[in-house]
Amino acid sequence: MSVSRRGVRARSAYTYGPLGLVPTGVLLVGAVYCLFPVSWVVIAATKTSGELFSTSTFTPGTGFFQNLADLAAYREGVFWLWMLNTLLYAGGGALLSTAVSAVSGYTLAKYRFAGRNLIFNILIGGILVPAVVLAIPQYLLFAKVGLADTYWSVLLPQILHPYSIYLARVYAGAAIPDSLLEAGRIDGASHWTLLTRVALPLMGPGMVTIFLFQFVAIWNNFLLPFIMLGDDGKFPLTVGLYTMLAAGANHPSLYNLILIGTFLALIPLIALFLTMQRFWRTDLSSGAVKA
Amino acid sequence: MHMNRLAAVAAAVTLVAGCSSGGAQQSAAPSSSAAQNAQNAQKVALTYWNWVPGMDKVVAVWNTAHPDIQVTSSTQAGGDDSATKFLTAAKAGNPPDLVQAEYQALPSFVAAEAVADIKTAADPVKAQFSEGIWGLVTLGTDAVYGIPQDSGPMLLYYREDLFKKYGIAVPKTWQEYADAARAVHAKDSKVYLGTFSSKDPGSFAGLAQQAGGQWWSISGEAWKVAINDEPSKKLADYWGGLVKEGVIDNMPYFTPEWNKALNDGKLLTWPSAIWAPGPLSTNAPKAKGKWAIAQLPQWNAGENFSGFWGGSAVSVSAGSKNKEAAAKFATWLNSDPEALALLVKEGSVYPAATKGADLLSEPPAYFSNIPDFWKQAAGFGAGARGFTFGPNVNVAYNAFKDAFDKAALNKTSFSGALQSVQDATVADMTKSGFKLAQ
Repeated sequence: MSVSRRGVRARSAYTYGPLGLVPTGVLLVGAVYCLFPVSWVVIAATKTSGELFSTSTFTPGTGFFQNLADLAAYREGVFWLWMLNTLLYAGGGALLSTAVSAVSGYTLAKYRFAGRNLIFNILIGGILVPAVVLAIPQYLLFAKVGLADTYWSVLLPQILHPYSIYLARVYAGAAIPDSLLEAGRIDGASHWTLLTRVALPLMGPGMVTIFLFQFVAIWNNFLLPFIMLGDDGKFPLTVGLYTMLAAGANHPSLYNLILIGTFLALIPLIALFLTMQRFWRTDLSSGAVKA
Repeated sequence: MHMNRLAAVAAAVTLVAGCSSGGAQQSAAPSSSAAQNAQNAQKVALTYWNWVPGMDKVVAVWNTAHPDIQVTSSTQAGGDDSATKFLTAAKAGNPPDLVQAEYQALPSFVAAEAVADIKTAADPVKAQFSEGIWGLVTLGTDAVYGIPQDSGPMLLYYREDLFKKYGIAVPKTWQEYADAARAVHAKDSKVYLGTFSSKDPGSFAGLAQQAGGQWWSISGEAWKVAINDEPSKKLADYWGGLVKEGVIDNMPYFTPEWNKALNDGKLLTWPSAIWAPGPLSTNAPKAKGKWAIAQLPQWNAGENFSGFWGGSAVSVSAGSKNKEAAAKFATWLNSDPEALALLVKEGSVYPAATKGADLLSEPPAYFSNIPDFWKQAAGFGAGARGFTFGPNVNVAYNAFKDAFDKAALNKTSFSGALQSVQDATVADMTKSGFKLAQ
């Protein structure tokens, strides 16, 4: 009796029973749901402005290279400047944010000091405040200290990210054994050595997660740079493409340039995910084992 | 709070302009302002927020000719967002020196004390603009809050080929327009003569101007709001009736759906402004050369009225440290023949300056079938009359979108929707402390 029941359980776990296909189906529907708009962008980016509204949605167009050339020529290639700006904001911001989060998370997880829980609770509260709400107060503050309309005005507010610190704390708590730190201390390692030689290498996968989260968040951020920046030479892609869309009713909207621009803006994100994916996989599995 | 802000602003700005020439009025740095002024006397750097295509090239011409006043043009997202952004920047004490101000947004800039009176620089070029347009930058006061750049007198765009196909004549009155709408829809139930867009209050405001509406006015010390005046109610019920009857579509303008209908020849007319060739050429490229233009249908046969949809001025920021130089540039940009020619060529701007019309000789490529397009269009738009915009047009326009969206969807009374726009606008002005005339 007990043997046969175990047999059934084993079969349903390792082979495809009638219910085994359901999760796959749900995931497939989810994948289609997520990829449908992306595929629309890819197809629409190939259409000339004449084809955009007259051919059916998923018929590829003939204007891909023309669109590309037009975009490159638009205002003497300002699109590439926006792309570089976005890379600077997202790359620089995510790096700085990861560094700050890792150190703070490690400290909060592994050091006992007065006010530790208070700080952590305030951070948890910070997660609940949407960044959108903070954009205008931040602008007014930056304007007061003369930093509005600078690269720093977009970078600085995105460096301190409560959710990343929270993630880093949870990860550090699980990934760094106290015994390892104690062994280091007995060997005479300073706090700095412990951080750089013991803690950070163990937190690698967690830091990759934070980096990716922040990179994507900053890449997609619209409101903060929209409010902070006045100089169109400092715009990131989101704000730049928006100026092409909202060019006023009396000027033609540059739909095909915007679409090809959106398409190009996707590529670095996809490339980043493909290259960073293996770190992320390690992260998920190690988290599962150690939790 | 309960005072006429507009008048107070005008007085304040005049005072400042009177006692110092281009002096910094930002309280942040009173001690260093003298030093700054001394520096500024040699070389002035101005920033200019706008969304005119090709403005970089126009500015480059000015910069070459004026090494002492260097202007940097910064392209912004146009429309309501830009107005909000400018007001936020002005409040933070960090505004650009010059800003593109849509006529309907300018009163809110004035009420927020964000733009300066540039009467001294503007007066010499006043004669180059029509009285109606000049009124949009003075708001009926003695001050001048910007130099008009472009304007959008309205006319009727119609598909000449399809009018022939369905056997209808160009409507001279709105009555004829309604009859034509019924006739077209009866012949092909998929085809409409036009559409009512609940998303474009600017278009409705233009038609209300044509009908003789006066949504805002200043009487003495107080604002008067009359969005639900008789001409506007008549206009609302006219379109509401056609939508309810089902002979006019209610898809909004500038949507993919609308683009497709224009391309496929399912929409035969567009009461629009003189800048329509721009959007038509990108949104309906397949219909190139098939459109013609006519006067907007009239409310009474034999009249000759039109309204304005869109258009903007260039204003000088109240927080600018170099108001005089900025006003000089704004004046040059919108009245100098060379600048106007560049605006027309690079920015496809329809200049507000009267002599600007002469610069438009070649028809837009989309209308190459009408060699004298600009002459015809200017004639049809000549009877355009405007009205004073109030200090909270954004509130009114948002209320319009909500109320007319619902009314068009449920096919309920459009004049009822107009009443709720009026109520929302009045409530907002009362809340903001404006004195209202009863």
